[in-house]
Amino acid sequence: MLQDLSQYILDIAENSLKAEASRVEIEVFEDTRGDLITLKVTDNGYGMDDEQVSAIENPFFTTRTERRVGLGIPFLKQASDTCGGRFEIRSVKGRGTVVEASFKRDCIDCPPLGDIPATVMTLMVGWPERDFLFRFNFDDELFETGTEELVQVLQDRSLLVTPEVALWISRYIEQGIYHLRTGGNEDFEENNQP
Amino acid sequence: MKKITSLEDLRKIKEQSKDLTSARSGGKMRIIVGMGTCGIAAGAREVMTAILQELEKRGLTDVAVETTGCIGMCQKEPLVDVIRPGEPRTTYGEVGPGDVPRIIVEHIVNGNIVEDKVVGQTD
Repeated sequence: MLQDLSQYILDIAENSLKAEASRVEIEVFEDTRGDLITLKVTDNGYGMDDEQVSAIENPFFTTRTERRVGLGIPFLKQASDTCGGRFEIRSVKGRGTVVEASFKRDCIDCPPLGDIPATVMTLMVGWPERDFLFRFNFDDELFETGTEELVQVLQDRSLLVTPEVALWISRYIEQGIYHLRTGGNEDFEENNQP
Repeated sequence: MKKITSLEDLRKIKEQSKDLTSARSGGKMRIIVGMGTCGIAAGAREVMTAILQELEKRGLTDVAVETTGCIGMCQKEPLVDVIRPGEPRTTYGEVGPGDVPRIIVEHIVNGNIVEDKVVGQTD
């Protein structure tokens, strides 16, 4: 098992990138009223046919040759099932894939959110030529950022991989999530010293 | 005190740091972190963050940080490769965030391999 939801997101998004997606959307929905956390990763990679989609939940199915087990998706499905959530993969060959997993927040086994900013930063540094969109929904509030917006400011995509910019992106997302989850508390620096 | 970072701060980072651009040019040193499921489970993302923090702290702009998938040595994750131009590729295994400053100072800055963390070398 992976330790937290942010690690699952990174793992699923890495699958998208290996499937040659040029664009990956990462969405987190934290619904306090419905008591549900949902992860959704949408890509425009090469997709899978129905047979591959049903096989992918089997740990002994993998397309890679370096090792013969693929545990990422089975782990996520198991974690979601354990927490009374819903797990779904929808895919169209040649079009892309959507992976969605939800978790009951009050479930004792519900993994913590983890370091979501570090996940997004790692993806952007690892795959600077691909486009990412990150959305964090907290009830009716939304924080959103992505490659497009950042490159517009930087005017140079290759700057995404520089440590200073990458760490700023992580901090920007951390602050955005914090802001939503604390209901607009702006004392981020005081309450959240690194 | 309100101190919220905004896209304006990103613009300032871009404008103030002329050196940023050297990170992308070719023929530079490379650090590659394994980011397969096995690497992620073992803490590769935390290692990646530690690498970026150490490079920023030391102002090392001539090092490219990259990620790669599983290479089949899952039991030794997190794996970190260091490539200096003209030298063999060195693979470090079971790297924790605490090992990162040593690898960067010894290998990236001084050119000496950190022997106790090496799991392999290839040309």
